[in-house]
Amino acid sequence: MKILNILLSAFRALQRNKMRSFLTMLGIIIGVGAVIAMLAIGQGAEYSVKEQIASLGTNVLMVYPGAQQQAGVRSAAGGATTLTEDDALAISKECPAVQYISPGSMAGGQIIAGNLNWSTGISGVGTDYLEIRQWPVEYGEFFTDLDVKAAAKVCILGKTVADNLFPESSPVDQTVRIRSVPFKVVGVLTKKGQNAMGQDQDDVILAPYTTVIRRLSHWPNLRFILVSATSLKDISAAQKQISDLLRMRHKIQPYDSDDFTIRNQTDLAATATATTDILTILLASIASVSLLVGGIGIMNIMLVSVTERTREIGIRMSIGARSRDILLQFLIEALVLSLLGGIIGIILGVAGSSVISSIAKWPTIVTAFSVILSFGFSIAIGIFFGYYPARKAAMLNPIDALRYE
Amino acid sequence: MIADIHTAPKDIKVTLIQIEHLVKIYQLGEVDVHALRGVSVNVSKGEFVAIMGASGSGKSTFMNILGCLDKPTKGSYILEGTDVGKLSRDELAAIRNKKIGFVFQGFNLLSRTSALENVELPLFYGPTSTKARKAKGIEALERVGLGDRIHHYPNQLSGGQQQRVAIARALVNDPSIILADEPTGNLDSRTSVEVMGIFQELNNHGITVILVTHEPDIADFAKRHIVFRDGKIKTDKINNRTKVASEVIKELPLIDDDEEEAAA
Repeated sequence: MKILNILLSAFRALQRNKMRSFLTMLGIIIGVGAVIAMLAIGQGAEYSVKEQIASLGTNVLMVYPGAQQQAGVRSAAGGATTLTEDDALAISKECPAVQYISPGSMAGGQIIAGNLNWSTGISGVGTDYLEIRQWPVEYGEFFTDLDVKAAAKVCILGKTVADNLFPESSPVDQTVRIRSVPFKVVGVLTKKGQNAMGQDQDDVILAPYTTVIRRLSHWPNLRFILVSATSLKDISAAQKQISDLLRMRHKIQPYDSDDFTIRNQTDLAATATATTDILTILLASIASVSLLVGGIGIMNIMLVSVTERTREIGIRMSIGARSRDILLQFLIEALVLSLLGGIIGIILGVAGSSVISSIAKWPTIVTAFSVILSFGFSIAIGIFFGYYPARKAAMLNPIDALRYE
Repeated sequence: MIADIHTAPKDIKVTLIQIEHLVKIYQLGEVDVHALRGVSVNVSKGEFVAIMGASGSGKSTFMNILGCLDKPTKGSYILEGTDVGKLSRDELAAIRNKKIGFVFQGFNLLSRTSALENVELPLFYGPTSTKARKAKGIEALERVGLGDRIHHYPNQLSGGQQQRVAIARALVNDPSIILADEPTGNLDSRTSVEVMGIFQELNNHGITVILVTHEPDIADFAKRHIVFRDGKIKTDKINNRTKVASEVIKELPLIDDDEEEAAA
C-alpha cells in the first residue's frame, strides 16, 4: 500500500471525527505554540541583554581599586592600594594591547539650571571616554585635553539630564550649577537607553575627571579606569598587561592578592547570557510538558480508535493487509494528527510571539532553530505515542478482529 | 513460490485444495475445545461446494482455516501446491490477498467509503497501479451488476447491493477461490436467490466457490454438499438436483424490495 494512499485514508479517517481530531490536535497545538512562544521570549531576552552589553562597548575593561568590588573593607585598608592618575598614565604608556584609556572619578549632587533642578551622578572622565563607550555627541562637542589639563568647569549632559533641565531650549553654552559650582555645558550625548541592570545610562553628566576631583569629590584617587583593548581578541592580553603593571607599581608581593579588580564586558555578557539561557530553558521545559500531555492525548485517542475500528482492521486483514500495512496506517494517522497540530502550533506560536512583543513591549525572536525543534518534536511525539496503539492494531488476530462487535 | 496451474485444460480435474487430517483445538481456559477432529477433503478447480452443519459442528472453524485466517493445530492444508500451515503471518496475508476472496454474512464493507473504494481495497495491498486499480474496480462492480452505483456509499445501498459490492471486492484480485460465509444470512429470500445467481454465474466462468450455510434452500444451488457434525465430515456428496437461480427467481412472487432498490 503506497504512502500517498495511506496518507489519504488517514486524512479521511481523521475527517470522520472532526471534533475529536481537532481536540486531540489541540494538545499538540498548544504544546508547540507554547514552546515556540517561550523560546521566542527567552531568545528575545537574551538578544536584548546582549544588545545592552554591547552598548557598553564590547572590548572594554574596567579597572576598579580594591581587591574586591563588593568587599569595601579590604579596598580601604591600605592608602597606597588605590588607583591614581599615574597608574592610568602608566597603563596608557606601557600596555601595548590598550587602545584607549580614560581615568574616572565620581561625584553626585544637585544640579541647578535656571529654576529647574535635577539630582544625578557626575562622572569625571578623560577625553577617550566616548571612544571607549562608542557614544556619539548629539549636540555641541566633547571637552578637550586642554580642559582636562586645566580642570576646566565644563560638562556634557546625558539625554535624560538635558531633557529634565532644559525641556525647551538647547543646553549648549548654558550654565548649570553643580553643588554650587558653575559649569558650562558644551554638549549633549545621544540617547543610549538602559544598561544590562536596567539603569538609565542617559541619566549622567560627564566632566573632566580633574575637575571632578578638584571641585566636587575632593578625593584625590581614581574611582575607576576605563580601558579599551585594541581588538576583541586582545582583551585578555590587555587584562594581563594591566594586571602585571599595576602589581608592579603597587609593589604587590607574588603571594599577595591584587589590590584592584579588572572586569571585562565578555565576563558580564557570559553571566547575563547564562542567566537568560536558564530562563529560556526553564520556559521551554515548562512548555514541553504541555507538548508531552498533547502526545499522551494522541495515544489515548489512537487507542480508542483502534478499539472502535477493530472490525475494520479485521476486514482489511481478511483481504490481505499485512501487519505492517495496519501498523503504518495507524502510525501515519497519529503522525498526521501531530504534524498538523505542530504546523498550526508553529503558526500560532509565531503569531502569539508578535502579539506578546507588541502588547508587553517585550522583545521576542522566533528562530529557525525553535521552529525546526518543535516541528521535529511533534513528529517524534507522533511516532512515539502513535506506535503503541498502531502495534496493538497490527498484532490483532484477523478472526478475533473480524468477529469483534 | 506457487506454481501457476491456471493454464491447465478445463476438462481435467485440477486439485485446488488438499486437506488431510485437519485438527483444530481451541484452548478456552483449562478446557480444550476440539473444533475439528480430523478432516480430510479435496476440492478441485471449478467446484461449487456448500458446507453445511449445525452451529458448533466446526464448519466455521473449517472455513477460517480454509481462508487462511486461522492455522490448524494438526494436519496439512495445501492450497495450489503451497503448504499453508508453514507460512508466516505476512505470507498468509499475501495468500488472502491474491488467492482468496471473502464474502461475509454481515457484508463487512467499510462504512463511509464508496462502493468503488471498497472494491479497490484489496488492490491497495498489492502492486497494482492507481489507474489499473480503478479500471479493475469498475470492471468487478459491472460484473455484479452495480456499474451504475460505483460512487454510492454502503448506507445508500440495499442489503443485496451491499453483498454484491462485497462479492465484487472478493473478485477484484482474480482469486482462486471465493469463500462465502453465510452470504445470504442477512438477506430476504428473493435477494438471496439473486446473490446465489451471481455465485452460480461466477462458477460457470470457472471460479471455485465454497459456501458455508445452514439453509438447505441455499445449499441447493451448489454442486457438492459437505455436511459437518461434531468436528468431522458426516457426508460428502454430489448434489444431483442443483437448482438454477435464474430459473428459481422467475417462480418467486415480486416483492417491493426491487422497487425500493430502483428508487434508491
